Amino acid sequence: MRDWRPGAAEARTARARLLAGLRAFFAEREVLEVETPILSRGAPLDPMLESWEAQAPGGERGYLQTSPEFPMKRLLAGGAPDIYQIARVFRGGETGPRHNPEFTLLEWYRRDLDHHALAREVVALIVDQASRSPDWRAPSGCEEIAYADLFRTTLNVDPVRADAAELERVAVDHGLSIHGGLDRDGWLDALISLVIAPRFPPDRLTILFDYPESQAVLARPCVDRPDYAARFELYWGDLELANGYFELTDPEVFRLRRERDMAIRRERGQTLPPPDRHLEAALDAGLPDCAGVALGVDRLLMCLLGVSRIDEVLDFPWSRM
Amino acid sequence: MATYSTNEFKAGLKLLLDGDPQSIVENEFVKPGKGQAFNRVKLRNLRTGRVLEKTFKSGESVEAADVMDTEMQYLYNDGEFWHFMVPDTFEQYAVGEAALGDSGQWLKEQDTCTVTLWNGEPLSVVPPAFTEMKITQCDPGLRGDTAQGGTKPATLESGAVVKVPLFVEEGETIKVDTRNGEYVSRA
Repeated sequence: MRDWRPGAAEARTARARLLAGLRAFFAEREVLEVETPILSRGAPLDPMLESWEAQAPGGERGYLQTSPEFPMKRLLAGGAPDIYQIARVFRGGETGPRHNPEFTLLEWYRRDLDHHALAREVVALIVDQASRSPDWRAPSGCEEIAYADLFRTTLNVDPVRADAAELERVAVDHGLSIHGGLDRDGWLDALISLVIAPRFPPDRLTILFDYPESQAVLARPCVDRPDYAARFELYWGDLELANGYFELTDPEVFRLRRERDMAIRRERGQTLPPPDRHLEAALDAGLPDCAGVALGVDRLLMCLLGVSRIDEVLDFPWSRM
Repeated sequence: MATYSTNEFKAGLKLLLDGDPQSIVENEFVKPGKGQAFNRVKLRNLRTGRVLEKTFKSGESVEAADVMDTEMQYLYNDGEFWHFMVPDTFEQYAVGEAALGDSGQWLKEQDTCTVTLWNGEPLSVVPPAFTEMKITQCDPGLRGDTAQGGTKPATLESGAVVKVPLFVEEGETIKVDTRNGEYVSRA
């Protein structure tokens, strides 16, 4: 078997430099590094995320984290200051040129910032990291655009008012037909990933902000615009690097969205892992106003090195484990 | 009815789509972090040979195409069909011109070929990688004539035309690579 060999010698050195650079960035800004458990008794119920299940020989069960979001929010509710974590996370069924089921996520939370201010800090972090090696690529600029404006200007469609049938027509007009039925959010995802993002200029950063409420996840609703949520995503070229929220703090809205997620899971016949009761209790106790973001470290490394496949920055991708 | 889920997709898998058997050439997983996953797939239609791209919602299942590669011996051509036989069972198949495509020009009686069957019907024929054939017509090579890169066209017994070096003469038998139609050597 020749598969034992590590496969990313050049990227290995770059990764070490990047990890040190990220820690230096946060040390300078007085953001505290934390570690939280990888294994949990509860799991997120987001229908778009599948947790890896772990079982001990005695029958005790747990779930590998898809992100460190829940315990980090418990830290914040418990009085922790601004915090960051470089965590290994796991997502079921995600293998491809840009996906490995185990990857490194940088997640951080800033008190008293909203999603716009945090998105700008993500850009500052990327620019700072890119300057740490003369061999690394740097982004050529940054464009900020509201999710709805992007759909209006590029596809001439309103992403909140259009129904699934209308979004499908727009997709077909752009040469995209899909095998398998999609709901409204499915078509929005298809249009973003397969029509819009592939046309982003290759070296430019794009901040997409204010997502439709149906894609709020754990972002709070936008002030005076309940159809939208205070969420952003950041792309480098057409590669999605980060996802962030002006965090939802209202436990009632949290419970409503969890019910909605559970209903979707039941309807689709997905597994229904136990919810994280501690997170719910932390929200009840009070999460301070804060914004949080998760950034894919392997993907940032891909961009800095100018490579297109995640395997090129991993010594041991899942296909060789 | 056998089906494949998108998470089983990989190059070479044979699917039944739009009524035709199709083989996966390339499969790419695309997913927004918090969104719906898709598989972008390049497929070769095994009946027409055309390659096209299709997008699947991840998790969907697609019917498998009952496609099988079988080693067969080429027997003869009756003017309309090319006849092949499975050596173990003596089962015979008649292949029409559409399924045979360009492979016909490399067939010699007794040769063992790979015949792709779909629901028992021949879809395509792959001849042996190398074959030996007699040159039935070619011009005499002129010493020092390099106008065509030192080669000249030669017509083989099957009707195929191959570029051969100038020193090769009519009536000789040559070895040809059937995958690219190139001259390899004198046999």
